[in-house]
Amino acid sequence: MTATAYALPSIVVFVTAAVLIVVGAIGVLAVRNPVHAALSLILTLFGVAVAFIAQSADFLAAVQVIVYAGAIVVLFLFVIMFLGVGRSRHDHVEPLVGQRPLAAFGVAVTVGGIIVLLARSHWVTGATSASGSSLVKGTGNVHQLGTAIFTTYLYAFEATAALLVIAVVGAVVLARRERATEEAE
Amino acid sequence: MNVPAAWYLVLAAVLFGIGAYGLLTRRSALIMFMCIELMLNAVNLTFVTFARTLSDIGGQASVFFVMVVAAAEVTVGLGIVVAVFRRRHSTSVDELTEMKG
Repeated sequence: MTATAYALPSIVVFVTAAVLIVVGAIGVLAVRNPVHAALSLILTLFGVAVAFIAQSADFLAAVQVIVYAGAIVVLFLFVIMFLGVGRSRHDHVEPLVGQRPLAAFGVAVTVGGIIVLLARSHWVTGATSASGSSLVKGTGNVHQLGTAIFTTYLYAFEATAALLVIAVVGAVVLARRERATEEAE
Repeated sequence: MNVPAAWYLVLAAVLFGIGAYGLLTRRSALIMFMCIELMLNAVNLTFVTFARTLSDIGGQASVFFVMVVAAAEVTVGLGIVVAVFRRRHSTSVDELTEMKG
Protein backbone atom coordinates (compact mmCIF):
# COMPACT_ATOMS: atom_id res chain seq x y z
CA MET A 1 0.00 0.00 0.00
CA THR A 2 1.38 3.35 -0.94
CA ALA A 3 1.04 6.51 1.08
CA THR A 4 -1.74 7.84 -1.09
CA ALA A 5 -3.77 4.70 -0.41
CA TYR A 6 -3.92 5.54 3.29
CA ALA A 7 -4.71 9.18 2.74
CA LEU A 8 -8.36 8.86 1.77
CA PRO A 9 -9.59 6.85 4.82
CA SER A 10 -7.73 9.12 7.22
CA ILE A 11 -9.18 12.19 5.52
CA VAL A 12 -12.69 10.72 5.75
CA VAL A 13 -12.15 10.00 9.45
CA PHE A 14 -10.85 13.50 10.07
CA VAL A 15 -13.74 15.17 8.24
CA THR A 16 -16.25 13.02 10.15
CA ALA A 17 -14.67 13.91 13.48
CA ALA A 18 -14.46 17.59 12.54
CA VAL A 19 -18.13 17.75 11.53
CA LEU A 20 -19.20 15.99 14.74
CA ILE A 21 -17.06 18.28 16.89
CA VAL A 22 -17.97 21.59 15.29
CA VAL A 23 -21.68 20.87 14.89
CA GLY A 24 -21.92 19.70 18.49
CA ALA A 25 -19.98 22.67 19.83
CA ILE A 26 -22.13 25.16 17.92
CA GLY A 27 -25.18 23.27 19.13
CA VAL A 28 -24.13 23.77 22.75
CA LEU A 29 -24.14 27.52 22.17
CA ALA A 30 -27.10 27.87 19.83
CA VAL A 31 -29.68 25.63 21.48
CA ARG A 32 -31.95 27.26 24.06
CA ASN A 33 -32.98 24.17 25.97
CA PRO A 34 -30.18 23.04 28.35
CA VAL A 35 -31.12 19.38 27.80
CA HIS A 36 -30.51 19.76 24.08
CA ALA A 37 -27.24 21.55 24.83
CA ALA A 38 -26.11 18.56 26.89
CA LEU A 39 -27.02 16.23 24.02
CA SER A 40 -25.00 18.42 21.63
CA LEU A 41 -22.13 18.16 24.08
CA ILE A 42 -22.32 14.37 23.75
CA LEU A 43 -22.00 14.79 19.96
CA THR A 44 -18.82 16.82 20.41
CA LEU A 45 -17.39 14.34 22.91
CA PHE A 46 -17.96 11.45 20.50
CA GLY A 47 -16.26 13.44 17.75
CA VAL A 48 -13.25 13.96 19.98
CA ALA A 49 -13.25 10.22 20.71
CA VAL A 50 -13.16 9.54 16.96
CA ALA A 51 -10.23 11.92 16.63
CA PHE A 52 -8.48 10.10 19.50
CA ILE A 53 -8.87 6.73 17.76
CA ALA A 54 -7.62 8.20 14.49
CA GLN A 55 -4.45 9.22 16.31
CA SER A 56 -3.87 5.83 18.00
CA ALA A 57 -5.08 6.87 21.45
CA ASP A 58 -7.43 3.91 21.85
CA PHE A 59 -7.60 3.81 25.64
CA LEU A 60 -8.28 7.52 25.90
CA ALA A 61 -11.09 7.21 23.36
CA ALA A 62 -12.73 4.52 25.50
CA VAL A 63 -12.28 6.63 28.62
CA GLN A 64 -13.65 9.62 26.74
CA VAL A 65 -16.89 7.79 25.94
CA ILE A 66 -17.24 6.11 29.34
CA VAL A 67 -16.27 9.00 31.62
CA TYR A 68 -17.38 12.02 29.63
CA ALA A 69 -20.44 10.82 27.77
CA GLY A 70 -21.33 8.21 30.37
CA ALA A 71 -20.72 10.05 33.61
CA ILE A 72 -20.17 13.78 33.21
CA VAL A 73 -22.98 14.43 30.74
CA VAL A 74 -25.32 12.25 32.78
CA LEU A 75 -24.36 14.37 35.79
CA PHE A 76 -25.17 17.48 33.76
CA LEU A 77 -28.53 16.03 32.74
CA PHE A 78 -29.27 15.00 36.33
CA VAL A 79 -28.63 18.53 37.57
CA ILE A 80 -30.67 20.03 34.72
CA MET A 81 -33.60 17.78 35.56
CA PHE A 82 -33.11 18.37 39.28
CA LEU A 83 -33.22 22.13 38.85
CA GLY A 84 -36.07 21.94 36.35
CA VAL A 85 -34.43 24.43 34.01
CA GLY A 86 -35.84 22.91 30.85
CA ARG A 87 -39.24 22.14 32.27
CA SER A 88 -41.00 25.05 30.57
CA ARG A 89 -40.55 23.57 27.09
CA HIS A 90 -42.55 20.46 26.46
CA ASP A 91 -41.42 18.05 23.80
CA HIS A 92 -43.89 17.43 21.04
CA VAL A 93 -44.61 13.98 19.76
CA GLU A 94 -42.55 14.56 16.62
CA PRO A 95 -40.90 17.98 16.66
CA LEU A 96 -38.76 17.35 13.59
CA VAL A 97 -40.44 16.86 10.24
CA GLY A 98 -39.26 13.65 8.63
CA GLN A 99 -37.52 12.45 11.77
CA ARG A 100 -38.35 8.81 11.24
CA PRO A 101 -37.18 8.56 7.59
CA LEU A 102 -33.96 10.36 8.56
CA ALA A 103 -33.44 7.96 11.47
CA ALA A 104 -34.01 4.98 9.19
CA PHE A 105 -31.59 6.43 6.65
CA GLY A 106 -28.95 6.97 9.35
CA VAL A 107 -29.33 3.43 10.64
CA ALA A 108 -29.09 2.06 7.09
CA VAL A 109 -25.91 4.04 6.43
CA THR A 110 -24.38 2.88 9.72
CA VAL A 111 -25.19 -0.80 9.20
CA GLY A 112 -24.07 -0.61 5.58
CA GLY A 113 -20.81 1.00 6.62
CA ILE A 114 -20.16 -1.72 9.17
CA ILE A 115 -20.85 -4.40 6.54
CA VAL A 116 -18.49 -2.69 4.08
CA LEU A 117 -15.83 -2.56 6.78
CA LEU A 118 -16.34 -6.24 7.54
CA ALA A 119 -16.01 -7.10 3.88
CA ARG A 120 -12.54 -5.55 3.84
CA SER A 121 -10.85 -8.03 6.11
CA HIS A 122 -7.65 -6.10 6.66
CA TRP A 123 -9.61 -3.43 8.51
CA VAL A 124 -10.98 -6.01 10.89
CA THR A 125 -7.68 -7.70 11.63
CA GLY A 126 -6.00 -4.37 12.10
CA ALA A 127 -3.21 -5.24 9.70
CA THR A 128 -3.67 -1.86 8.13
CA SER A 129 -6.03 0.78 9.37
CA ALA A 130 -6.89 4.40 8.90
CA SER A 131 -5.29 5.21 12.21
CA GLY A 132 -1.74 4.62 11.07
CA SER A 133 0.89 2.91 13.14
CA SER A 134 0.99 2.88 16.90
CA LEU A 135 3.49 4.99 18.76
CA VAL A 136 5.91 2.14 19.40
CA LYS A 137 5.87 -1.00 17.29
CA GLY A 138 4.88 -4.20 19.01
CA THR A 139 3.14 -2.80 22.07
CA GLY A 140 -0.46 -1.73 22.39
CA ASN A 141 -1.65 1.71 23.34
CA VAL A 142 -3.05 0.53 26.68
CA HIS A 143 0.24 -1.17 27.55
CA GLN A 144 2.24 1.97 26.82
CA LEU A 145 -0.11 4.29 28.66
CA GLY A 146 -0.31 2.00 31.68
CA THR A 147 3.46 1.74 31.84
CA ALA A 148 3.82 5.50 31.68
CA ILE A 149 1.19 6.19 34.32
CA PHE A 150 2.43 3.60 36.81
CA THR A 151 6.12 4.48 36.47
CA THR A 152 6.85 7.99 35.28
CA TYR A 153 3.64 9.60 36.51
CA LEU A 154 3.06 7.45 39.61
CA TYR A 155 2.99 10.34 42.08
CA ALA A 156 0.61 12.33 39.91
CA PHE A 157 -1.59 9.24 39.64
CA GLU A 158 -1.67 8.85 43.41
CA ALA A 159 -2.47 12.54 43.75
CA THR A 160 -5.51 12.10 41.49
CA ALA A 161 -6.85 9.54 43.98
CA ALA A 162 -6.70 12.17 46.73
CA LEU A 163 -8.22 14.73 44.37
CA LEU A 164 -11.20 12.49 43.58
CA VAL A 165 -11.82 11.76 47.26
CA ILE A 166 -11.69 15.48 48.03
CA ALA A 167 -14.10 16.22 45.18
CA VAL A 168 -16.59 13.61 46.37
CA VAL A 169 -16.41 14.86 49.96
CA GLY A 170 -16.75 18.44 48.74
CA ALA A 171 -19.84 17.62 46.69
CA VAL A 172 -21.44 15.86 49.66
CA VAL A 173 -20.63 18.76 51.97
CA LEU A 174 -22.06 21.26 49.50
CA ALA A 175 -25.28 19.30 49.30
CA ARG A 176 -25.67 18.51 53.00
CA ARG A 177 -24.87 21.87 54.50
CA GLU A 178 -27.66 23.57 52.58
CA ARG A 179 -30.12 20.93 53.70
CA ALA A 180 -29.05 21.35 57.34
CA THR A 181 -29.72 25.10 57.25
CA GLU A 182 -33.12 24.52 55.68
CA GLU A 183 -34.03 22.16 58.47
CA ALA A 184 -32.78 24.66 61.03
CA GLU A 185 -35.00 27.34 59.54
CA MET B 1 -0.29 8.24 5.96
CA ASN B 2 -2.43 10.00 8.47
CA VAL B 3 -3.64 13.51 7.86
CA PRO B 4 -1.20 16.27 8.89
CA ALA B 5 -1.08 17.20 12.54
CA ALA B 6 -1.88 20.80 11.65
CA TRP B 7 -5.41 19.81 10.66
CA TYR B 8 -6.13 18.44 14.12
CA LEU B 9 -4.48 21.44 15.75
CA VAL B 10 -6.66 23.82 13.75
CA LEU B 11 -9.73 21.77 14.64
CA ALA B 12 -8.76 21.93 18.32
CA ALA B 13 -8.26 25.68 18.05
CA VAL B 14 -11.70 26.11 16.51
CA LEU B 15 -13.25 23.99 19.26
CA PHE B 16 -11.43 25.99 21.93
CA GLY B 17 -12.61 29.23 20.32
CA ILE B 18 -16.23 28.11 20.28
CA GLY B 19 -15.98 27.07 23.94
CA ALA B 20 -14.34 30.34 24.94
CA TYR B 21 -16.96 32.37 23.08
CA GLY B 22 -19.75 30.50 24.83
CA LEU B 23 -18.08 30.89 28.22
CA LEU B 24 -17.82 34.65 27.68
CA THR B 25 -21.29 35.24 26.27
CA ARG B 26 -23.69 32.86 27.99
CA ARG B 27 -25.04 33.63 31.45
CA SER B 28 -26.34 30.25 32.54
CA ALA B 29 -23.90 28.52 34.86
CA LEU B 30 -24.76 25.11 33.39
CA ILE B 31 -24.03 26.20 29.81
CA MET B 32 -20.81 27.82 31.01
CA PHE B 33 -19.73 24.51 32.54
CA MET B 34 -20.42 22.77 29.24
CA CYS B 35 -18.29 25.38 27.44
CA ILE B 36 -15.47 24.68 29.89
CA GLU B 37 -15.78 21.02 28.94
CA LEU B 38 -15.49 21.99 25.27
CA MET B 39 -12.28 23.92 25.98
CA LEU B 40 -10.82 21.03 28.00
CA ASN B 41 -11.58 18.66 25.13
CA ALA B 42 -9.88 21.00 22.68
CA VAL B 43 -6.74 20.94 24.82
CA ASN B 44 -6.96 17.15 25.11
CA LEU B 45 -7.12 16.89 21.33
CA THR B 46 -4.00 19.04 21.07
CA PHE B 47 -2.21 16.82 23.61
CA VAL B 48 -3.07 13.65 21.67
CA THR B 49 -2.03 15.22 18.38
CA PHE B 50 1.37 16.13 19.72
CA ALA B 51 1.72 12.72 21.37
CA ARG B 52 1.21 11.19 17.93
CA THR B 53 3.50 13.65 16.17
CA LEU B 54 6.34 13.40 18.67
CA SER B 55 5.80 9.66 19.43
CA ASP B 56 5.70 10.45 23.16
CA ILE B 57 3.16 8.72 25.38
CA GLY B 58 3.46 11.54 27.93
CA GLY B 59 0.92 13.57 26.00
CA GLN B 60 -1.68 10.85 26.38
CA ALA B 61 -0.85 10.50 30.08
CA SER B 62 -1.49 14.23 30.44
CA VAL B 63 -4.90 13.79 28.82
CA PHE B 64 -5.64 11.06 31.37
CA PHE B 65 -4.96 13.46 34.23
CA VAL B 66 -6.91 16.26 32.57
CA MET B 67 -9.91 13.93 32.41
CA VAL B 68 -9.62 13.15 36.13
CA VAL B 69 -9.40 16.83 37.01
CA ALA B 70 -12.35 17.60 34.73
CA ALA B 71 -14.46 14.96 36.47
CA ALA B 72 -13.60 16.42 39.88
CA GLU B 73 -14.26 19.95 38.63
CA VAL B 74 -17.68 19.06 37.27
CA THR B 75 -18.63 17.26 40.49
CA VAL B 76 -17.78 20.21 42.72
CA GLY B 77 -19.01 22.81 40.22
CA LEU B 78 -22.41 21.24 39.79
CA GLY B 79 -22.64 20.85 43.57
CA ILE B 80 -22.10 24.60 43.85
CA VAL B 81 -24.72 25.22 41.15
CA VAL B 82 -27.25 23.10 43.03
CA ALA B 83 -26.44 24.88 46.31
CA VAL B 84 -26.80 28.31 44.68
CA PHE B 85 -30.03 27.30 42.97
CA ARG B 86 -31.57 26.17 46.26
CA ARG B 87 -30.92 29.58 47.76
CA ARG B 88 -31.69 31.82 44.79
CA HIS B 89 -33.81 29.70 42.40
CA SER B 90 -31.71 30.80 39.45
CA THR B 91 -28.57 29.65 37.67
CA SER B 92 -27.73 33.01 36.12
CA VAL B 93 -24.26 34.15 37.10
CA ASP B 94 -25.27 37.80 36.78
CA GLU B 95 -27.31 37.59 39.96
CA LEU B 96 -24.34 36.52 42.08
CA THR B 97 -23.15 40.01 42.96
CA GLU B 98 -22.58 39.77 46.71
CA MET B 99 -18.79 39.84 46.37
CA LYS B 100 -18.83 42.82 44.03
CA GLY B 101 -16.19 45.35 45.06
